[in-house]
Amino acid sequence: MQEKSKSWLQFLLEVIVLVLLFTLVQYALSAGLVNQSYQITLTSMCINVILAVSLNLINGFTGQLSLGHAGFMAIGAYVSVIITNFMDLPFIAGILGGCLAAGIAGFVVGVPTLRLKGDYLAIATLAFGEIIRVVLQNIDYVNGPAGIMGITKLTTWPWLYWAAIFTILIIVNLMNSSYGRAIVSIREDEVASELMGINTTRYKVLAFVIGAMFAGLAGVLYAHYFYIIRPETFNFLKSFDMLVMVVLGGLGSTTGAIIAAVFITFLTLALQKYAAMRMVIYALTLIIVMIYRPQGLMGNKELSRKTFSGIWGGRK
Amino acid sequence: MSLLEIKNLYKSFGGLGAVINFNFTIQSGELIGLIGPNGAGKTTVFNLITGVYRPDKGQILLQGQNIAGLPPYTICQKGIARTFQNIRLFKDLSVIDNVKIAFHKNVDYSLFSTLIRLPAFFQGEKDIETKAMEYLSIFKLDHKRDEIASNLPYGEQRRLEIARALATQPTLLILDEPAAGMNPQETKELMELIKWVREEFQLSILLIEHDMSLVMGVCERIYVLDYGQVIAEGLPQEIRNNKKVIEAYLGEEVGKC
Repeated sequence: MQEKSKSWLQFLLEVIVLVLLFTLVQYALSAGLVNQSYQITLTSMCINVILAVSLNLINGFTGQLSLGHAGFMAIGAYVSVIITNFMDLPFIAGILGGCLAAGIAGFVVGVPTLRLKGDYLAIATLAFGEIIRVVLQNIDYVNGPAGIMGITKLTTWPWLYWAAIFTILIIVNLMNSSYGRAIVSIREDEVASELMGINTTRYKVLAFVIGAMFAGLAGVLYAHYFYIIRPETFNFLKSFDMLVMVVLGGLGSTTGAIIAAVFITFLTLALQKYAAMRMVIYALTLIIVMIYRPQGLMGNKELSRKTFSGIWGGRK
Repeated sequence: MSLLEIKNLYKSFGGLGAVINFNFTIQSGELIGLIGPNGAGKTTVFNLITGVYRPDKGQILLQGQNIAGLPPYTICQKGIARTFQNIRLFKDLSVIDNVKIAFHKNVDYSLFSTLIRLPAFFQGEKDIETKAMEYLSIFKLDHKRDEIASNLPYGEQRRLEIARALATQPTLLILDEPAAGMNPQETKELMELIKWVREEFQLSILLIEHDMSLVMGVCERIYVLDYGQVIAEGLPQEIRNNKKVIEAYLGEEVGKC
């Protein structure tokens, strides 16, 4: 019983910290303390966290190398813009529509391609991402390669912040359950997992669909912040960016993905002045991490209450 | 009705018959050994029964129902569990998580209650935890519950694999060389464990083994496989003196050729 009341207390504490962080930034924003460049960084940070955490579900936890995440992001972005700007429906409809469309795309792509393994799956998903881009370039309804401009800015700090928290919460909840264990067992040993009674195809598709939906969510938030979306924005380099975050953070660590997403966003900001050098430094960072810490910053460990109580010793 | 009946099972890999017209029966509660020289097709038989391979021909009847060609997870759900020749644990996961995964096929809370943490989730997780701990303590692994599976010593990994297979609540347990790499003392303990498991869990056991002391010690009936075909079947003492079996293992006598 004591155990229970303590975990409630901890939960309450976490909620308070989250709300406090939110209010603090919200106050800073409304008081005009944050300049334009930092505002953009803040937005990218939340979007990157959503992308990295959701891609980590597919690549890190399920162990299925997917390189098509930008494709799902594009679907979320375009569908939501059609809903909000072309049909004049409220933002929430755009969010739901965007996520749903990306999720459906995830299902349609996942069912046939998840039979493939390793490199073959990577190539198939990479191809899917490119197909989405090329298809969008050729649809006149969404202005083809020119993209859609003048999108109403609906993405605000509360949306960004709570969307990121929601993504993390759902994925953490999923992974700390029997369903999550089934998903991880696929990564560990697909044959053994299947022989333990787990329908591996089903859980691979499940992880893929959930991952795709959150990529869609990131796409929606992106489109409604940056005024403009073009098919070119969602090319394979974008997928590659996300993969870098996941690998840097450590495949199979949600906290790792979050830390890496935040770190890379700041790195991008810091390197803005040296645009030409950006990719070089990016690549160097990766090489160094891979040499000295091939399992990524966090490995497959998580930062959790347990870790902290470990660090601050003995306070049980 | 027999628990498992295999009729004319046939599987070839590119023209090479790996298992040729294999016939086999096992009754409820029986403990049967499958032996044969290396490459005789024993593991292929296991892979066919558990659905890892699809048979080319033949039937595999589990309690009268044909399971040949079903996917492995369905076959597991119908009550056949196995261990592997080269241990296949979920290496990076904790000992207890390895066992918990085996309970997933009976998970009684929905995905929805998982995502938003409904009471059903907490209750379900508690039940899984208790059951998993039961299996771990049976196999004396409870004090290592949070250890990473790959860090366990070899013998404990074998035990964990058996615990995990049993956690799927099978009616037929298939053990692929459970004594591989064990010393005589460990083999002896394993022998007791296998007998005990059969009584305690009321199931049938089919095992492949090279260690003759183990096979002769625990099995009630033995099938001998050579070049994909059953060359002998019978009680341990019959097999021990069977000429064909001796030939398969040791070669023919010189004078005969």
